[in-house]
Amino acid sequence: MLLTVTTTHQPATDLGYLLHKHPDRVQEFTQSFGTVTVLYPEATVQRCTVALLLDVDPVRLARSRGRNAPDFSLAQYVNDRSYAASSLLSVAMADVFSTARSGRCDSRQELADSAIPLEIEVPVLPCRGGPAIAHRLFEPLGWTVEAEPVALDDAFPEWGDSRYVRLRLSGVVRLADALNQLHVLLPVLDESKHYWQGPDEVDKLLRSGEGWLTTHPDADLITRRYLGRRGALTRVALARLAELGDEVEEAVEPAEDEEALQPAEKRVPLNAQRHDAVHRVLLELGARSVIDLGCGPGQFLARLVQTPSFTRVAGSDVSTRSLQHASRRLHLDRMSERQAERVQLFQGALTYEDDRYAGFDAAVLMEVVEHVDASRLAALEHVVFGAARPGAVVVTTPNAEYNVLYDDLVGMRHPDHRFEWTRAELAEWSEHVGSTYGYAVELHGVGDVDDTWGSPTQMAVFTRAEGSDD
Amino acid sequence: MTEAPTTRQVVVPAMGLVVLVGVSGSGKSTFARTHFKPTEVISSDFCRGLVSDDENDQSATPDAFDVLHYIVGTRLRRGLLTVVDATNVQQSARAALVALARSHDVLVDAIVLDVPEPVAIARNKQRPDRDFGDHVVARQHRDLKRSLRRLTKEGFRRVHVLPGTDQAEAVEIVRERPWNDRREVHGPFDVVGDVHGCASELRTLLTTLGWQLTYDGDTAVGASHPEGRQAVFVGDLVDRGPDTPGVLRLVMGMVAAGTALCVSGNHEAKLVRALRGSKVTVSHGLAESLAQLEAGPEDLRTQALEFMDGLISHYVLDDGRLVVAHAGLKEAYHGRSSGRVRSFALYGDTTGETDDYGLPVRYPWAQDYRGKAMVVYGHTPVPKAEWVNNTICLDTGVVFGGELTALRYPEREIVSVPAEQEWYEPVRPLAPAAGDREASVLRIGDVAGTRWLETTHAGKVKIPEENAAAALEVMSRFAVDPRWLVYLPPTMSPVATSKVDGFLEHPAQAFDEYAGWGVTRVVCEEKHMGSRAVAVIARDADAAERRFGIGDGTTGVVYTRTGRPFFADTTDLIDRLRETAAPLFDSLDTDWLALDCELLPWSVKALDLIQAQYASVGAAARHVLPEARSVLERAAARGLDVGGRLERVERRLVNAEAFRDAYAAYVHPTDGLDGVTLAPFQVLAAEGRALALTESHEWHLAELAKLQGDLVTPTRHRFVDLSSAAERDAATDWWLELTAAGGEGMVVKPAHLTTGRVQPGIKVRGREYLRIIYGPDYTDSLDVLRERHLGKKRQLAQREHGLGLEALTAFVDRAPLWKVHQAVFAVLALESEPVDPRL
Repeated sequence: MLLTVTTTHQPATDLGYLLHKHPDRVQEFTQSFGTVTVLYPEATVQRCTVALLLDVDPVRLARSRGRNAPDFSLAQYVNDRSYAASSLLSVAMADVFSTARSGRCDSRQELADSAIPLEIEVPVLPCRGGPAIAHRLFEPLGWTVEAEPVALDDAFPEWGDSRYVRLRLSGVVRLADALNQLHVLLPVLDESKHYWQGPDEVDKLLRSGEGWLTTHPDADLITRRYLGRRGALTRVALARLAELGDEVEEAVEPAEDEEALQPAEKRVPLNAQRHDAVHRVLLELGARSVIDLGCGPGQFLARLVQTPSFTRVAGSDVSTRSLQHASRRLHLDRMSERQAERVQLFQGALTYEDDRYAGFDAAVLMEVVEHVDASRLAALEHVVFGAARPGAVVVTTPNAEYNVLYDDLVGMRHPDHRFEWTRAELAEWSEHVGSTYGYAVELHGVGDVDDTWGSPTQMAVFTRAEGSDD
Repeated sequence: MTEAPTTRQVVVPAMGLVVLVGVSGSGKSTFARTHFKPTEVISSDFCRGLVSDDENDQSATPDAFDVLHYIVGTRLRRGLLTVVDATNVQQSARAALVALARSHDVLVDAIVLDVPEPVAIARNKQRPDRDFGDHVVARQHRDLKRSLRRLTKEGFRRVHVLPGTDQAEAVEIVRERPWNDRREVHGPFDVVGDVHGCASELRTLLTTLGWQLTYDGDTAVGASHPEGRQAVFVGDLVDRGPDTPGVLRLVMGMVAAGTALCVSGNHEAKLVRALRGSKVTVSHGLAESLAQLEAGPEDLRTQALEFMDGLISHYVLDDGRLVVAHAGLKEAYHGRSSGRVRSFALYGDTTGETDDYGLPVRYPWAQDYRGKAMVVYGHTPVPKAEWVNNTICLDTGVVFGGELTALRYPEREIVSVPAEQEWYEPVRPLAPAAGDREASVLRIGDVAGTRWLETTHAGKVKIPEENAAAALEVMSRFAVDPRWLVYLPPTMSPVATSKVDGFLEHPAQAFDEYAGWGVTRVVCEEKHMGSRAVAVIARDADAAERRFGIGDGTTGVVYTRTGRPFFADTTDLIDRLRETAAPLFDSLDTDWLALDCELLPWSVKALDLIQAQYASVGAAARHVLPEARSVLERAAARGLDVGGRLERVERRLVNAEAFRDAYAAYVHPTDGLDGVTLAPFQVLAAEGRALALTESHEWHLAELAKLQGDLVTPTRHRFVDLSSAAERDAATDWWLELTAAGGEGMVVKPAHLTTGRVQPGIKVRGREYLRIIYGPDYTDSLDVLRERHLGKKRQLAQREHGLGLEALTAFVDRAPLWKVHQAVFAVLALESEPVDPRL
């Protein structure tokens, strides 16, 4: 909510001309989310500082978002927007100093076109990625950067630093450039999810970035962050439940990527190998109808749909958000009637018996069982092997032994994993399930094989014993 | 006054299908209108109109009959009498309707209106919309004549032919209930399992149950109960055992005297065929019956044959709350009549296969059973009578040396007497009917989709589909085993908004509100700022298995408002809590307890939230505001008029410090369980008692005061007589003290049990605490914030409370798991409703 710009270019009070704001006046501007005050705490020939104070009214902000705003959570009311230099400050500044940002100054055009010594201070700046990112973004623009982390709470030193830094920039820069850079980079550093975007946001970015953004070494990062996580679906109901459990919202996000903690170069090939292996098994089994239990956002499901020999394909997941992703991935709404008849997508939970699971030649449980509490596995076994009774069940799950080969991996591969099995543990479980429900089991490894630790993923293929029933 | 009208009675099934048969113009519609409700009659003309806008458009006939069959089928499924008004002169049209009735297991009658052809033609001529020629009626008449001869062989229970033209006036329709419908009989009942000729054990059992037997010589020939109880026999009185004639004499006497009902077992059905001389395989103990009856008097054989032949396959009793059938009965068949209903009732849901012992394999229908009625049956010998989804099998194999078992209804009490010896060697060892684990399986249909739940305390509650979807995700991914999850706490509304200067919430409103609802005395309980926790603990692993069906050695759980376990392993906490709660286990004489608590400190569970949300805001505020103050001071020093801005920043800085202190008060260092405490404030339930429902808060607090030890933080409280201004003032001062010392506030609840829609509790939160809810500066915007709407929150509080009590009651009453789970799940689903989170 506070930003100061100081110049020592002489006469320093010319800053008033450049900003079109008189140094001896206190001016107030009204924004939809609060009021902006522009005043000069210092204005001498040697040194002149303008301060921009934004007074956000969180109550008004909350009200103006309407009753059905997607983010119906407490964070809407208790948040840092009244204090930190968030995207709101950027918007306010852009508006109040719009002429200065355009570089136009009828009375001092030459000065407006010149680089002048500037100091910019933002006492509380939300800085996603810590001080390092502030250095990385501002230094290529010619600034000397001081970014000092702010402690979370002095009384609890063990909590460490907050997400804020105190930012101080100094350099010789054209004022219009400096303001445009702040306008773009403040929201880029802000990790707030509350930044809203209109359809003209890209144009705005291009205008503000004129002359400096395209040559910035981190132009991609800036663009991506500035435009935010577009298209992220908000799930009102679930977010509310998450809050009740005192969990941060991320905790309920479904596991979209296994080996989430591994870098892409390890994660992606393993994922593909897993899909290949299961796909091959399904073809070898001669399955005509397949259900992907816990299909997630539908990567593997899409592959099943593309395989003509599968005449019926179903995907089920407990996450409605994943199902929406899957539906879009499969273009369900644009499928021909004939195609759509092959495919079913529905919400289901593997601990609840479900008639829709029944009647398939094969069921796939790819990287699913380890997301179920060990104490609830018996229910899953009953639902899949006892009640649905597909002809075959293909289970893949991490091989815990292999984890030693992952650099820096502490604990399990994904924060939502409830357990990870060794090869012996999977063998024991498969044996138990097979003998209880009348399935024969074969075990395989998936991925590169290590002589000692085996493969990263292990796979159990269950086939219903002959005559067991049908 | 002339001659008495000769009214002919036409008896039709009260639940079933009536097919009118007659040519066009025979007066079917008039007849139907005269004798049935308009909604009971579905006419082909009407359906033709529905699909074509023209009742006489013959090209629409196939579609019209599709619609007609759909409507008729739906009504029959719902158990409604339905009359089909169409010509039905062709056999194929009638066959489709007979098949439809069969597929819904109801009886079907035909009523033929046989008017002379000229009459019909004359009638049609009077109707301008019927412009078809006379030949149509003539053809229909020919069809009808041909049909009349074989109508009785088409599957109708009765065919009523009404000749002449004035039938409409001359008949009286009598609606006959199915024989199995005895819902007017309310018991109380003693339902007796398979006797199989064990007469002596039967006499012992009846005596144990308090029956007085009457004898003819040495033979017991009747029994009555001094309390007017009725016996119901589940069938299989005969075969295998030593004295089938003795059993038959006694039961026949009781049935004849009206003190007992009896349904047919498969053994009676076979014995009837054998006695009639049909060729049957004499096995499974039939030989014994035949020999014993052969040795007895001729008249007993005759009477027994008549008795057994007259037995029906199931009874629906006590307003539909109790169903008795020999081998059980799925809900769709309750009160229905058809061959397959009888076959299900007598033999069970057989798959047609046989097992290794040559006995038929039966589908475990009871595990899928979700009906309202209790189903009591026998047929399959089990070692012990056990409940599976509100059904129970009473065949405990007395003839094989097991026990003879009865169920006292409605008490749900099991009474057994042991066999005097093994009278017959079992073909296979007795196996449990259904393992506990299987009976506990939940189905997606129990929870998914939009649902209306009937509750005793909150009426009918709607659970919208999208809320159920969200709850399914949280429940299945994070919640504890549903068998432990007997309750989820409801949300609680804040007090009506205060107008007291500087306060958004204040005790005065709470007292006024309760007084307005007719409550005379309230209890004010300190509101602990921690995490809501429900603790369910069993006395030991045995009790956990017996009562919760949890057989892995776990003896309890402590879970959050959304059903998540508090810690990865709660064993330590459970063990310590069990030790602490020992006095309650004793005083309540129970093997298990469910406690409603707050788990302290807040930081144990919410540290991430505190850091990410509260501490961050605090850090930002406390760093930026001094800078802002300095900027304004320097500007003012230059002589600029900064207006009230400086004062405002100063005030905000004070607010920010207060905000920081507010959250920091709930942060305490803990290490594992060290530093963690529980503050129980209600004993939700114990064996046989839904205490949350039956006891006052005064009782709860007194009971919980018995708990001592490090683990427990007591809940400070005081009672307030609402008519006493002094007591109100004292309680207000107490609240001010509590909140000034960093307390969250208090919860005000009625001290005594209430009836009607009274909020179960309302919270009055402290002025400083509310900073972490409404923001650090909320005290500067009280006027705006006072416009808050409590209606929805209160409605939810009431509904969730009702659902929670429903779940507890169901669990205490040993209702099936799905029923408990449905209510618990509904609480979670309602919690995902968007309401102002600050309330």
